[in-house]
Amino acid sequence: MRVSVDTHRCCGSGQCVLAVPDVFDQREEDGIVRLLEQRPPAELHAEVRTAATVCPSGAIEVHEA
Amino acid sequence: MTTAHPIAPPNFPAPRGACPFAPPPAYEQARREQPVSRVTLWDGSQCWLVTRHADVRSVLRDQRFSADARHPGFPFVTDGRRALANESTSFIRLDDPEHARLRRMLTADFMIKKTEALRPRIQRIVDDFLDRMVAHGAPADLVSEFALPIPSLVICLLLGVDYGDHGYFQERSRVLLHNHSTADEVRQAREELTEYLGRLAEAKRREPDDGIISRLVARGELTDEEVAATCLLLLVAGHETTANMTSLSTLALLRDPAQLARLRAEPALIKPAVEEMLRFLSIVHSGLPRVATEDVQVGGETIRAGEGVLCMISVANRDEEVFEGADRLDIGRESRRHVAFGFGVHQCLGQPLARVELQIAVETLFRRLPKLRLAIPYEDIRFRTEMAIYGVHELPVTW
Repeated sequence: MRVSVDTHRCCGSGQCVLAVPDVFDQREEDGIVRLLEQRPPAELHAEVRTAATVCPSGAIEVHEA
Repeated sequence: MTTAHPIAPPNFPAPRGACPFAPPPAYEQARREQPVSRVTLWDGSQCWLVTRHADVRSVLRDQRFSADARHPGFPFVTDGRRALANESTSFIRLDDPEHARLRRMLTADFMIKKTEALRPRIQRIVDDFLDRMVAHGAPADLVSEFALPIPSLVICLLLGVDYGDHGYFQERSRVLLHNHSTADEVRQAREELTEYLGRLAEAKRREPDDGIISRLVARGELTDEEVAATCLLLLVAGHETTANMTSLSTLALLRDPAQLARLRAEPALIKPAVEEMLRFLSIVHSGLPRVATEDVQVGGETIRAGEGVLCMISVANRDEEVFEGADRLDIGRESRRHVAFGFGVHQCLGQPLARVELQIAVETLFRRLPKLRLAIPYEDIRFRTEMAIYGVHELPVTW
């Protein structure tokens, strides 16, 4: 799994950080998404998918395989 | 004799059913049978009602639907709401890129790390109000002694507003959110609050503190009026919503002893429990308004440019296709896909704070008052059917 984020689309709701804090964080200056882990380990995949689903602005893309 | 008039779509809002926690039965039926349907608003205008979870998400995330009330065709659910939107310049009624510019001045203040760091402070505030309520003695009104003052004090601290003025702004925000307020009453309440916050912005320019108002003023990018409009949104949204969620959640748990027993046995369930109550209660019952700026297909219907849409988040949150047995409160379920905070770029800015407040308030209340119960018959509870934010007017409790 490979993850990418779009900081222009992000509205800083923080949903991804709540779901998987090991993969997503927020920039100190404006709360916009910061990707910590482009290739998250398998045990986090389900939560990463949840993060992408609950992201209100569609700023998270998950590329499987 | 028959007339050629087509039948007007049903009036909005539809009457509520027997269960005060559930959306009107007509909208539950609409979600199953005609998920995108027409309704007639108070002024005779018509708009679309979107009720399915997938459709609500797609409309709220679609840039072709505008949140800007200056577009002709924007649906207003009351005269007062129209007056409020027409004079307000806050980012809730703007589209990107202007919306993003203003919102991003505040996103850092509500990020997860910041709100998590507030936990000890919020816990003290919750304990203080509970101490006071207990000291006054039973019975007590949980709304005015606990549910309302907690978020009200927290948002005052964050903004840099004197909590001593809470009578002033709570009274006026009540007018703003009352469905029966006239346009004039809304205009006056809004003007008074804007003046109050404008004066505060001026004072913070001279004597800054570490609150949000001071920081907005210090950026130098906004006029005092824009600062006031932004802070008005935070102040009103910041206490009415969490307050009503707290009291309604308390009532929902008191009415469901099995779920309450489960939460007491497993306090770690508080986080999923709060998500589930957000889903189950979805206190913004009048729907989120948008207007199409182009023709868009939604759930098999074509919504034309210039037509209004109400996204019924309370109905979407009971969509059986997403939440099995959706009419049942189940604090252990996976409810994070709920749209109680809305969806799309306008999704609630303060949701991390609301979650922390709700988790602490509900957990503390039931832990410290294990015998908490209603002090009046359930049938006598007055629900806020006439307010923009649903809830109860009072919640008399004893312990």
